Amino acid sequence: MTARSSNSAFIEVRKLSKHFGDFVAVDAVSLKIERGELFSILGGSGCGKTTLLRMLAGFETPTSGQVFLDGVDITNQPPYERPVNMMFQSYAVFPHMTVEQNVAYGLKKERLPKEETASRVREMLSLVKLDDFGARKPNQLSGGQRQRVALARALVKKPKVLLLDEPLAALDKKLREHTQFELMNIQDELGITFVVVTHDQEEAMILSNRIAVMEKGRFEQIGTPKEVYEFPRNRFVADFIGTINTFDGVVQNSGDGIVTVASDECGQSLRALCDKPPKNGSDVCIAVRPEKIFISQYKPDNHEDACLEGVVEDLGYFGNLSLYRIRLATGKVVQVSSQNRRRSIERSFDWDDNVYISWRPRSALVLEP
Amino acid sequence: MKGNSRFVISVLAFGYAFLYLPLLSVIVYSFNDSQLATVWGGFSMRWYGELFKNSQIIDALMLSLKVAVSAATMATLFGTMAGVALSRFGRFRGRNLFTGMITSPMVMPEVITGLSLLLLFVSLQQLTGWPSQRGYGTITIAHTTFAMAYVAVIVQSRLAAMDESLEEAAMDLGGRPFRVMIDITLPLIAPAMLAGWLLAFTLSLDDLVIASFVSGPGGSTLPMLIFSKVKLGVTPDINALATLIMLFVSAGVVLAWAIGRRMQKA
Repeated sequence: MTARSSNSAFIEVRKLSKHFGDFVAVDAVSLKIERGELFSILGGSGCGKTTLLRMLAGFETPTSGQVFLDGVDITNQPPYERPVNMMFQSYAVFPHMTVEQNVAYGLKKERLPKEETASRVREMLSLVKLDDFGARKPNQLSGGQRQRVALARALVKKPKVLLLDEPLAALDKKLREHTQFELMNIQDELGITFVVVTHDQEEAMILSNRIAVMEKGRFEQIGTPKEVYEFPRNRFVADFIGTINTFDGVVQNSGDGIVTVASDECGQSLRALCDKPPKNGSDVCIAVRPEKIFISQYKPDNHEDACLEGVVEDLGYFGNLSLYRIRLATGKVVQVSSQNRRRSIERSFDWDDNVYISWRPRSALVLEP
Repeated sequence: MKGNSRFVISVLAFGYAFLYLPLLSVIVYSFNDSQLATVWGGFSMRWYGELFKNSQIIDALMLSLKVAVSAATMATLFGTMAGVALSRFGRFRGRNLFTGMITSPMVMPEVITGLSLLLLFVSLQQLTGWPSQRGYGTITIAHTTFAMAYVAVIVQSRLAAMDESLEEAAMDLGGRPFRVMIDITLPLIAPAMLAGWLLAFTLSLDDLVIASFVSGPGGSTLPMLIFSKVKLGVTPDINALATLIMLFVSAGVVLAWAIGRRMQKA
């Protein structure tokens, strides 16, 4: 991607806040997005992500703070003057206009010559593969087609930034997967900066160059999908993105980038790699993702690895992988997932089997409790 | 089960008989040949003929229609403005109070509405010399005041059901607020406005009490004329007139219902 090569940010949000009465929806957030980036804002409902997006679009007036686009302060520009367009969660396709009229609406407001409007509308409809649907009314379209009308309508204006509010939430699973890649292709082709708001972590991971995880009006972490998944900054991010097992404990010893933590929850000490080791005696939490844990029938020999003994309490078969819930002697339940690499009708592990679970110290994370 | 259904059917029959027998008797008697309205003298259409020769009735009908059309149009204009303001201007202080206040003319006893409007018109006349005489103008104003409440409620509920992001999308695409109103909002609430207009029209055509208060000599609406004629005894031509009005109103109701149904589908 071309992103991150230039120094000055394309979109810059400075200490932006939005209060609704006593409620603080967005709390002094700052953010820099590069030109051509596909940036996601990820968070649960009520975390302020939609309010933030609406402030970028101009539908909400910030309580304080500023928004810059390409070096211009657009904080107080009304939505109809911003070089920013939005695709709404409900798509908001005008029901009383045909597909063509919908897409042409924005260009008509720019008072472009008729021929240019028509050719750009045609071009855009073919980009979203709706060439033959121009004369249809929205109620004659499927949900996926309506979404593409909304996309074409927003893109035909050649905006500097396209804002997408939960772009895939209303589509079924297969169509969602297809549309994800289509969106990425379109973004690549046009080079427009995309800002996506979503509650779906999978969607955010697949689509984006970078993700901002938002909670209670603030950013918990901003980073690439990999950074956010593999190196979550805190327990909230670790928990929100994917599944993670956590063991609370106390630091016993730290040195050489390795932390040893005594955890009552698993009945032994665990080792984890950590750049900035916390002080001895401080409370921490060791976190391991289910797919980083190996499950075996016999105790592995490697003494470097953490190894726990437990009983299969529950298992789920997903076809491509199996999910196990292992109960330790202390009562703690650990989630483990393993790829079903071999084709076999028999289960590798069954209910109530005695098993060993292990992971490498470098797979574990040290987080604040 | 069978006994139950017989019970249900008889309740239904009684209910509908209660509602429609009085209307039916008016229709039947409108075809009565006899001079006396309550004595059957054979079938005839003569009272329909008499009706159209009676200039008093025709004048009253014309006044009623004129008032109804003007009042419905004005009520639709003001009611739509109120409905849009109440549902689109965000949460301003006292919005609930205003929402409640717009519906109050619907629950206010007509006598009170009529009386207060009469007092207003009389004191206005003393102060400014206008309205110099009460009739078409004053009745139209009076009907507008209470009918616009109904229009406002209909428009407001339509707007509440409408996706607000449609207007935002139009604004996002470069439409200034006034253009968005013309391009998006008005076409989408047009069915509600039409339904409101029809309702206001019917309400105005029906009204007797308020019109009696705010009308002056020489300005009798159709309901006022009927009421004053009935006081001297029911004449068969009134039955014929009543039948025609029923036909007219039912057509209006069916039309409003059909529009409402289309509105739901859209």
